[in-house]
Amino acid sequence: MADTILFYIFAAFVLGGGVLTVTRRNSVHSALWLIVSLLGTAGLFLLRQAEFLFAVQIILYIGGVVLLILFVVMLVNLDETARLRQFNKAWWVALACAVVVGIEIWYVLNRGLETLEPGEAPQTAATIEGNTERLADVLFSEYLLPFEIASLLLLVAIVGSVVMAKKRI
Amino acid sequence: MSQFYTSTDHFVLVPAIMLALFGCAVLLFDFFLFPEPRQRKRLVWFLFAGEIFTAAGLWRQQAFLASEGLPEITAFQGTLTVDGFSLFFNWIFVAVSLLVAIVSWRYLEIEGEHHGEYYGLILLAQCGMYFLATGTDLITLFIGLELMALCFYVMVGFLRERKRSNEAAMKYLLLGAFSSGLMVYGFSVMYGLAGSTKLRAVAAAIASRDAWDPVVFLAMATTAVGVLFKVSAAPFHMWAPDAYEGAPTTVTAFLAVGSKAASFAFLMRIFLGPLETARPAWEPLLVLVAVLSLTIGNLAAITQNNVKRLLAYSSISHAGYILLGLIAGNATGLKGMAVYILVYAFMTLGAFLVVVALRRENLIGEDIEDMAGLMHRSPGYAVLMLIFLLSLAGIPPTAGFIGKYYIFLALLETSHYLLAALAALYVAVAIYYYFRIVRSMFISEAVAAPPLESTVGLRVALAVTGVLTLAIGVYPEPFLRLAQTSLVR
Amino acid sequence: MDSVPLSWYLILSAVLFALGVAGFLFRRNLITIFMSIELMLNAVNLSFIAFAYKLNQVDGQIFAFFVMVVAAAEAAVGLAIILTVFKSRPSLAVDEVNTLKY
Repeated sequence: MADTILFYIFAAFVLGGGVLTVTRRNSVHSALWLIVSLLGTAGLFLLRQAEFLFAVQIILYIGGVVLLILFVVMLVNLDETARLRQFNKAWWVALACAVVVGIEIWYVLNRGLETLEPGEAPQTAATIEGNTERLADVLFSEYLLPFEIASLLLLVAIVGSVVMAKKRI
Repeated sequence: MSQFYTSTDHFVLVPAIMLALFGCAVLLFDFFLFPEPRQRKRLVWFLFAGEIFTAAGLWRQQAFLASEGLPEITAFQGTLTVDGFSLFFNWIFVAVSLLVAIVSWRYLEIEGEHHGEYYGLILLAQCGMYFLATGTDLITLFIGLELMALCFYVMVGFLRERKRSNEAAMKYLLLGAFSSGLMVYGFSVMYGLAGSTKLRAVAAAIASRDAWDPVVFLAMATTAVGVLFKVSAAPFHMWAPDAYEGAPTTVTAFLAVGSKAASFAFLMRIFLGPLETARPAWEPLLVLVAVLSLTIGNLAAITQNNVKRLLAYSSISHAGYILLGLIAGNATGLKGMAVYILVYAFMTLGAFLVVVALRRENLIGEDIEDMAGLMHRSPGYAVLMLIFLLSLAGIPPTAGFIGKYYIFLALLETSHYLLAALAALYVAVAIYYYFRIVRSMFISEAVAAPPLESTVGLRVALAVTGVLTLAIGVYPEPFLRLAQTSLVR
Repeated sequence: MDSVPLSWYLILSAVLFALGVAGFLFRRNLITIFMSIELMLNAVNLSFIAFAYKLNQVDGQIFAFFVMVVAAAEAAVGLAIILTVFKSRPSLAVDEVNTLKY
């Protein structure tokens, strides 16, 4: 029961924050509502026993990515943009695409989701060792290779942003 | 070596390690050893060394497969698979990187943005391509794709003082990130279906369901849209003309050839692997996309005056032709795709290299008018460009004809007569707009213009692409055998 | 104990994803478009986590972790590119960024 109530609360965070993120005129407000949405997702991670990702979500996403976005909003003068029309001229194309996506998802949810539910009830995940230990065990054995590639990815991100943003390299 | 990093794993990973190692070496040496802009030319030698070691690694893999008579080597518990398919694409990547690198330094000097990071990014992008061609695990494919894409976002925006380059990078990045988002949503559904990220397990899970199962359809549709963005097939092509036009021309060449070949490798791994059994569901979608690509690519190219933009639309139409091979889906069709990608790589690269040669100090040289009377000014370049254009149009003695021949053959074998007729019709349209360039080069009056850039690297690269474009057309057998070995399974 | 079925999470994830797609397609402000992409990636992570819980595995969580890494890397490069674009023009509306046109 408590689970259901918490799910509803976090879902309201996620969707409310999401709607306000994409509709606000002021980018700073958008970014703040994005934080609300991300916090809601983090809460849902916790409900699904992903404690490590809950922490990563807050530290990396909210503390890193959104902060970066806010920095850029501050560096860039957005007053001019805020006064302009906020939506695309080709809004009907966008509307058509959004409707197609919506219909497809609605159709799938109507028809197919019950087939995804495996019969047996999920065991409450083994909590003898914590989620972080389990994650680390698998990450550094089975997923060692993607982990190493991710380090190259981050190197490229560092070099790339320096190349892009620095005046003289 | 531990259980999670066996000697087989190492053997399979060597080319990627070499690419990453030399990529990092370039970044480091650029900073410590070659602070002077004039010395940066030497960094090309690091790239050469890296490619040689990579090629050696690939060669050993190929020799091992041949001597043991194995169809494939898997490593990292099925995360990477070295087979004829991966080797075929990796050889293309090595050739393309080398050809792009040897023409780059002079071009970037003219543009005033010659930095060592460029060569590091080429190597790291190629490392991403290696994982795209070799990976058989959703996570590895995703990370490899992002590694490649991230390098390209930066390289497209490499001319930082140019508005056009900035904008191109921005559009490419936003649409690229959007398409990755769509694709990874499809991956999440695939994971949910299979309970594993390995392509083999996903294939088994999808095979156990109906082809029109709505959940499979959702996974297929979102993944397909994401991947079709990457190969710039219409209607998901909007980024391509802008990115191709705004990027430095050497990067455009690398993007048009390397990135597209890698994305097609990825597309084939996904569509012929996990999604093979859902063919009835994706075939109509791909038919639509292929027809749209042919239509939009060929019709929009007619009105272009910028050669890079024209070639961008032409590359969209080529994506359509390659997809036709997948639609036919029989052995001839798949062989046709491999041959077409090989042929496309060299002819498109060659055409872009001629555009690179047209860039001189104080002269952008990207418009069709800039080629006016090229025959009288630099006959060598004009004749080479003619060869590449004939090949792009698919006229017989050149390589492009061989590529189109197998695609058409496969369509006829599988009785897709309407598609074959449509594709043939668009060849006629293509001849018209390629001929506009030819007319400008051979018939228009020569205008007074400085001579074309001609460095050793440019001449070597043009010679290689030109000879290959002719050789594949005149004597295709060895290349067909090569393509034959690449067939999946 | 477990009263929330998997499908609720998937529906939530799908709605959030559609919201991100709509934001990406509708908005003109570059920064907001960027945030819409972050919303999409979050929806993806949500469905990964829900599946991982259902399957009693951590593989899905690891995929979500990699998605986060990619999102952070893309954000770093993307925002740097937005800064260079902004150096040369007054506003950040997408259709004003139109030097490239056919």
